[in-house]
Amino acid sequence: MPREYKTIKEISGPLMMVCGVENVKYDELAEVELVNGKKYRCKVLEIDGTNALLQLFESSAGINLQSSKVRFLGRSMEIEVSEDMLGRVFNGLGKPIDGEAQLLPEKRMDINGIPMNPVARNYPQEFVQTGISAVDGLNTLVRGQKLPIFSASGLPHALLAAQIARQSKIIGTNEQFAVVFAAIGITFEESNFFANSFKETGAINRTAMFVNLASDPAIERIATPRVAITAAEYLAFEKDMHVLVILTDITNYADALREVSAARKEVPGRRGYPGYMYTDLASLYERAGRQKGKRGSLTMIPILTMPEDDKTHPIPDLTGYITEGQIILSRDLYLKGVSPPIDVLPSLSRLKDKGIGEGKTRADHSNTMNQIFAAYARGKDSKQLMTILGESALDKIDILYANFADEFEETYISQKSTDDRSIEDTLQIGWELLSILPKSELTRISDEFLNQYYKAR
Amino acid sequence: MRILSTRIGVIRKVSGPLVIAENMEDANMFDVVKVGNNKLIGEIIEMHGADASIQVYEETSGLGPGAEVFSTGAPLSVELGPGLIGSIFDGIGRPLKAIMKVAGNNLKKGVDVFSLDRQIQWEFCPVLSVGDEVSSGDVIGYVLETPIVKHKIMVPHNVFGKLKSISKKGKFTVDQNVAIVLTEDEKEVEIAMLQSWPVRVGRPYIKKLSPDIPMITGQRVIDVLFPIAKGGVAAVPGPFGSGKTVVQHQLAKWSEADIVVYIGCGERGNEMTDVLNEFPSIIDPQTGNSLMQRTILIANTSDMPVAAREASIYTGITIGEYFRDMGYSVALMADSTSRWAEALREMSGRLEEMPGEEGYPAYLGSRLSSFYERAGRVRIFGKDKLTLEGDFDTTRNEPNKNNYREGILTVIGAVSPPGGDVSEPVSQATLRIVKVFWGLDSALAYKRHFPAINWLISYSLYADILSDWYVKNVSSDWMKLRGRLMSFLSKESELEEIVKLVGVDALSGQDRLKLEVARSIREDFLHQNALHEVDTFTPLKKQHLMMKLILEFYDMSYLILEKDDVKIEKLISIPIREKIGRFKYVKIENLESEYEEISQRLNCEISAASIDEDFNSADTDETQRVSTN
Repeated sequence: MPREYKTIKEISGPLMMVCGVENVKYDELAEVELVNGKKYRCKVLEIDGTNALLQLFESSAGINLQSSKVRFLGRSMEIEVSEDMLGRVFNGLGKPIDGEAQLLPEKRMDINGIPMNPVARNYPQEFVQTGISAVDGLNTLVRGQKLPIFSASGLPHALLAAQIARQSKIIGTNEQFAVVFAAIGITFEESNFFANSFKETGAINRTAMFVNLASDPAIERIATPRVAITAAEYLAFEKDMHVLVILTDITNYADALREVSAARKEVPGRRGYPGYMYTDLASLYERAGRQKGKRGSLTMIPILTMPEDDKTHPIPDLTGYITEGQIILSRDLYLKGVSPPIDVLPSLSRLKDKGIGEGKTRADHSNTMNQIFAAYARGKDSKQLMTILGESALDKIDILYANFADEFEETYISQKSTDDRSIEDTLQIGWELLSILPKSELTRISDEFLNQYYKAR
Repeated sequence: MRILSTRIGVIRKVSGPLVIAENMEDANMFDVVKVGNNKLIGEIIEMHGADASIQVYEETSGLGPGAEVFSTGAPLSVELGPGLIGSIFDGIGRPLKAIMKVAGNNLKKGVDVFSLDRQIQWEFCPVLSVGDEVSSGDVIGYVLETPIVKHKIMVPHNVFGKLKSISKKGKFTVDQNVAIVLTEDEKEVEIAMLQSWPVRVGRPYIKKLSPDIPMITGQRVIDVLFPIAKGGVAAVPGPFGSGKTVVQHQLAKWSEADIVVYIGCGERGNEMTDVLNEFPSIIDPQTGNSLMQRTILIANTSDMPVAAREASIYTGITIGEYFRDMGYSVALMADSTSRWAEALREMSGRLEEMPGEEGYPAYLGSRLSSFYERAGRVRIFGKDKLTLEGDFDTTRNEPNKNNYREGILTVIGAVSPPGGDVSEPVSQATLRIVKVFWGLDSALAYKRHFPAINWLISYSLYADILSDWYVKNVSSDWMKLRGRLMSFLSKESELEEIVKLVGVDALSGQDRLKLEVARSIREDFLHQNALHEVDTFTPLKKQHLMMKLILEFYDMSYLILEKDDVKIEKLISIPIREKIGRFKYVKIENLESEYEEISQRLNCEISAASIDEDFNSADTDETQRVSTN
């Protein structure tokens, strides 16, 4: 039985100071017991001689300096894992909340994980078909990648994420696929939308949900993504599954991090976020990947809302430096009625080059992708010029490019949330669009593919 | 890294990677210590009376007050010797491949393995004999570590005397003695192939030399517009997604260097995996061997302990200096120095130091400059019989004489400014030091113009110093062509301002021609496809011809525009221009012939355009284009 201390000296926000402790370790898990028997969990942030600084994972309401008891548990925070997690709903700390039976754990795992040896990584290069043209064709997702969605308030990122979760598949295999969904401080409605969307398609049976709602303690959010990723690691690297982790919304997570940092009176970095936020976010995102000698994979789609639609805000900025690309949603496109409003020019999948091409998608994929990007960029320039100077100021070729840009947004990017396009469909739409342009403009496509696929309009 | 240690102190405080220990009177500043039962490696970074602040290079969870601290009595050092090439080390020089064998796929704490494998037997070939006078830096023998790297075994620093014995050609492990030096005061110093050197101290050299030879990279925008000198320093700042890492990888692949040290500092794990997978299969055109046989990797990925990130760039540059001291040309890439600075900031915050700008410590600038200052083209210590007898001085391309030995260490650091805004402290501190600035631009990256080095904001202060070399070794008109390219590009940005206001039709024919040529420079010359087998590396000869073709088009067209009343559209749309655009994909064997052919047809087509007003070349792509309208 661990020793109990009744020596809480100070509570301020999510932090609590306990004095006179012995044998306490850094990062150790502890428990506060209130007089009414309620237990809150916390962890050691700093230990200085006999003083321990603890961070609560739950609200500090009800803790009394005289009567509440603190117990140090001698281990770091762990969750119970088993294959039966699929189909279940948990709270943000990994406790089942769907009213069904307790989990029979096969194992306990530390939620902080251990960094992967870069030598032990397998490079992600297997194409994942999401059925969404703007992703598959231009910003291809591969197994083991971490590809965030940069959204903003009022944009349909949930719709897009749910569609990816429903439709994702690896062509030509029937290995087991699972989804781990972590709701981090989102509203009940949004969480419920995901739950329903999984239920409707039967995907719920292969999904584990970890839910911290907007009404739950903010501080619990620091643990929620770690709990979810730990569960995913178990399924991926011990049960050989291909796991897609959706984390929404990372902005709420970063705010919780800022709250703890501010309470510790640390020197703030940009916009008050702690200087170590890069390292902290990396300790989440870098857990995605594939490992040598393991069949499974962990693919991660974190979703974040950019405050003021600003891509240079610290949260999207630091995320972009860690993740392997980003899918950016655009308010302009959304207002135009393009859905999903994926802005393909600033979007990027860094791992696409090794996941596409012959044997993976199709040999002409890379060439057409580059051409479509270049043509769309030029088309947007032309359109901008057109708004300033009028259509008559453009030469013929620029008008063709402007038409290309319009048609591209209508037929390529736009697609219904029920529309599951195969990669062949996507490439076909691409070639139809490119036929707007004369052959001589298609300098990024090799002659071989032009002869095979190009038909001038 | 395995050194016998004695217990000296006990832990009082643990806060993340910072540990404070008591009873540490006997320890020295910057000593390496082992902390706790797991013997985590740390370094003393501050002393207050008997209290020492220790930055721990491994995850500290589970440490608590009362745990013991052991001292090794030595500063943080790396092991240097055969076995470095082709290896991947963590931030403090531990071999990641060996760690994987011991500890599995994840990096567990307190794994204790030697940096260099003690089992491998290397074939040592002596070049000196008993009785020879030796001094620091002298090459006593070598190991052919890979088919292209002769790993020279040197007399350690501060050792002078006569060779009392030296082993015959034969197989030895790195820690076996291969020679004994009898010093002037009659002491015997045993020399093994393994040396160790404290990472925070630069290895000494005789003299710094001015960098006046370009490091050829095969990247057109770099070699032509913003060249870097051998022994120079360059910075690559850019927002995420602008292709910093691709630029760094391209340089690591194609730079004209004998040895490449690549430091992945706080970046993605998969990027290191990519290098590990890809480099062994890429054949270096200069040597015919795989690139991995000249490459050393240092990896502290963003999820690995942050304190080791601070050390990683020093570990890397010390290895670089070691090969420089053998007389090689070494290129070092650090991706990214911003992560290093953030690690510095994190430790500084935990030490409760008074912050400077944006929370970075006040010594950020001085630390950065002392790191970059370790680069350079230098005259190195010691004699090397290998180069005296017949070998060429590869850096000068002339026979070696007078024991004159040079070594080169070129440093290229990536910077990741928040939001791509270079007004932040790390970028600014870097820009004050470096001579070459390759500013990456997200707007170019969105257009998939790679490398996305913005020609309007980038600069190279080496361009003038290097001009003699280019004139002597490539072509007398190199600098002239370069100057013209630059002026077209800056003219383009001026003209585009006008076009935005009044439209392209308002421009004169001459100006429209200039715009078109600038576009051609951008798309046909500066744009370079890293994934295309031919385009990924362009020799200088070809770069020269490419520049000439584009400018020939301008010169001919300009003359005709002035003389005759020719429509600019017609000039722009002559079919041969497509060939100019595809010239980048021409293989090296067909270079000359292809150039001649294009040049001739260019001449014909432009003349034809001026003679025949109704010029109409049958079934060209351009006429198709008109008909589709």
